[in-house]
Amino acid sequence: MRRVFLVSLILVVTLVLGPAKASDQYITLASTTSTEQSGLFRHIVPTFREATGIDVRVVAVGTGQALNIGRRGDADALLVHDRLAEERFVDDGYGLDRRDVMYNDFILIGPESDPADVAGVDSVLDAFRRIAGAGASFASRGDDSGTHRKERQIWSEAGIEPAGRWYRELGSGMGAALNTAAGMDAYVLADRASWLSFRNRQELTLLHEGDDALFNPYGSILVHPDRHRSVKADLARQWHEWLVSEEGQKAIASFKVRDEQLFFPYAQ
Amino acid sequence: MPSGDNAFMTALQLIVGLDQTLVGIVLLSLQVSLGAVAIAAVLGLPLGAAIALWRFPGRGLLITLLNAFMGLPPVVAGLMVYLMLSRAGPLGSFGLLFTPTAMVIAQCLLVLPIIAALCRQVVEDLWQEYEEQLRSLGTSRGRAIPTLLWDGRFSLLTAVLAGFGRASAEVGAVLIVGGNIDGVTRVMTTAIALETSRGDLPLALGLGIVLMLLVALVNGAAYLVGESARRRAG
Repeated sequence: MRRVFLVSLILVVTLVLGPAKASDQYITLASTTSTEQSGLFRHIVPTFREATGIDVRVVAVGTGQALNIGRRGDADALLVHDRLAEERFVDDGYGLDRRDVMYNDFILIGPESDPADVAGVDSVLDAFRRIAGAGASFASRGDDSGTHRKERQIWSEAGIEPAGRWYRELGSGMGAALNTAAGMDAYVLADRASWLSFRNRQELTLLHEGDDALFNPYGSILVHPDRHRSVKADLARQWHEWLVSEEGQKAIASFKVRDEQLFFPYAQ
Repeated sequence: MPSGDNAFMTALQLIVGLDQTLVGIVLLSLQVSLGAVAIAAVLGLPLGAAIALWRFPGRGLLITLLNAFMGLPPVVAGLMVYLMLSRAGPLGSFGLLFTPTAMVIAQCLLVLPIIAALCRQVVEDLWQEYEEQLRSLGTSRGRAIPTLLWDGRFSLLTAVLAGFGRASAEVGAVLIVGGNIDGVTRVMTTAIALETSRGDLPLALGLGIVLMLLVALVNGAAYLVGESARRRAG
């Protein structure tokens, strides 16, 4: 028994200390759930790795949390979507060299029955007003993500302070919010990439798109090495530059889910 | 990974196909959870035994705290470890955040109270039974610990397995300190959470079935080892 015990202990220890991950050259990228869950990184990171030998480890969280991870120095670069917050992040000295990388758009998702009758309206502001007017269930991310901030911005532009039983703050990521919306036949603002790669749609369908207010640009920011000496500034810059290079932009454009392009090159 | 409409078929495909991504995830899950349990056992068993044998001021409070920490929410454990290991935190210079090591530390924090608290109970009961005998042999409390642990090994195995159950089932802690990085810190539970949020419910449930089988396998192995030892011990 003692021997069995010893053997299993040794086994466990080797398992734990065991094979460390091969590539030591890597950066940590804090990005959004929309980009990671769509499968974008699985498509573009191998191309980048082949070109440079650098691996990219993606931590996918809401934009608010991603910026926070950057502020604490726990990531080397960010790829997020909240222009105002990104610029503030740079202005406050936490990051540098914000660049436009790509864009897609937000869309309004809702039940096929469309109780607030938003399918035909011209602007997303009117759509939101109708939802509030009808008191139809609306699922809000409520997690301080880029999508949540966009949603609050639309409410405020529509002149509505959303509150009441119809307005449900979920405090969860895009996928979880879509699952919940599907479960309670609610309207929900989503980014197109998450919607296209989402499989549990049930009665949900796309009801409104194309408004200029729904433009969704993604920006790349380097975490400022002056703040945190541990930041891998050189490696992160290679990634940063590659994203906006011709090769990087081509890799982004060639990513498709079910024959549909999810992100559009936007480097200047 | 495969993806269908039926969770059981998906689970079967995952297992039969020995999906490379899945194998990596399974190995990492075992590595992290078994590692955490091993460390927690090495620390927790002597700790529990020591609390059982010695009387000191504040002992009741310590026991209450230990029992309460059995209910420590994984998210809280994860958050505490995150703040410690973050570059801006006290242990930031080690660069452990978003690595499997961070996940082992977080799970260890969850498992340690369970093993220590259950071990204290087991050893305390045994001590009541054997105290006179051991004392008459002139055995000190410190010397008695290995004997008592050895004597209670079958009950303690259950305590360790309870710890393993906690470690392999939790998602909150590893998600925060590991970051669910594809191929680096993605384990079974975080993969299940990810597939759920992508709305691929059959794949998520399929992974859940695989995880349950895995946990059953580990428990089965522990049972067999325990039984064969018990028989030899007579």
